Amino acid sequence: MSAIWIAVIGASITAFLNKYIGHSVPERWLNKPRVIKINALVPIVLLSALVAVQTFATEKELVIDQRAAGVAVALIALKFKASFPVVVLSAALTSAAVYNWF
Amino acid sequence: MSVAFTVGLYGAAFGAAGVTAGFSILQTCLLSLLLFSGASQFAVVGIMGAGGAAISAIATATLLGFRNALYGLQMAPILKVSGIKRVLAAQITIDESTAVATLQENDADRRRGFYITGVGVYIFWNLFTFLGALGASAIGDPSVWGLDAAVPAAFCGLIWPRLKNKTHFIVSAVAIAWALALTPISPAGIPIITTVILAVIFGLKR
Repeated sequence: MSAIWIAVIGASITAFLNKYIGHSVPERWLNKPRVIKINALVPIVLLSALVAVQTFATEKELVIDQRAAGVAVALIALKFKASFPVVVLSAALTSAAVYNWF
Repeated sequence: MSVAFTVGLYGAAFGAAGVTAGFSILQTCLLSLLLFSGASQFAVVGIMGAGGAAISAIATATLLGFRNALYGLQMAPILKVSGIKRVLAAQITIDESTAVATLQENDADRRRGFYITGVGVYIFWNLFTFLGALGASAIGDPSVWGLDAAVPAAFCGLIWPRLKNKTHFIVSAVAIAWALALTPISPAGIPIITTVILAVIFGLKR
């Protein structure tokens, strides 16, 4: 079995377990102030790290290319409270423009 | 309507991201059908696409999906379901369904909001994942269409509403610096999953 298949099946199983456990265990097991506090930060650190790697990494090298331009425009759009489709499309258009014309 | 449009576009972005990362259309669609949690799905294809190990992808997706367990805690006393119904309710326990449910005034409306939103998002998400995967597999070089920036931009859209105070911004900045510093010197996936240490440190600090 390829690594991708292992990731697809493994992550699907743990995702379902996360959801099902929440419906099934006594509330006091998970509802602790520390757990809640750390859990609020987990998506922030993981997603921030993913953005950084997907924007600046090519294999193991750090580069500044059309992706950085696209993400910069996305952040500006978010700053101006643009809707999600506008954020993604403006980033894609910017990145494509830089890639194709420069 | 605007929610459906957003879910659709985001699903299409995921479908495209999956194929761009080297997943087949089938593998991409299975993630939407089985895993069904946007951020975790993007993490799986992002880490595998960067050449990370399956265990890094699974661990990152699992930690991102833990919030769904907390949503389940909230919804269980309202839904009061067991057996196969609990399995189905668990599968649609996500950001959107829980958010809509918690906005309602009474338990009957909460149940209705939860199921309508959960099932609706499930259908749209999977339909558009397929279309996005199909579209991306027809494109070839993702950079030509800006898909290489669309994925991190979609992540920015996910993080933005979570940055509610100065600490959150600082934590985000430290995570970015950490991930970039580790990228040249560690296997793919490690720069991302290890940022959980930062969440624990900052989470215990205050």
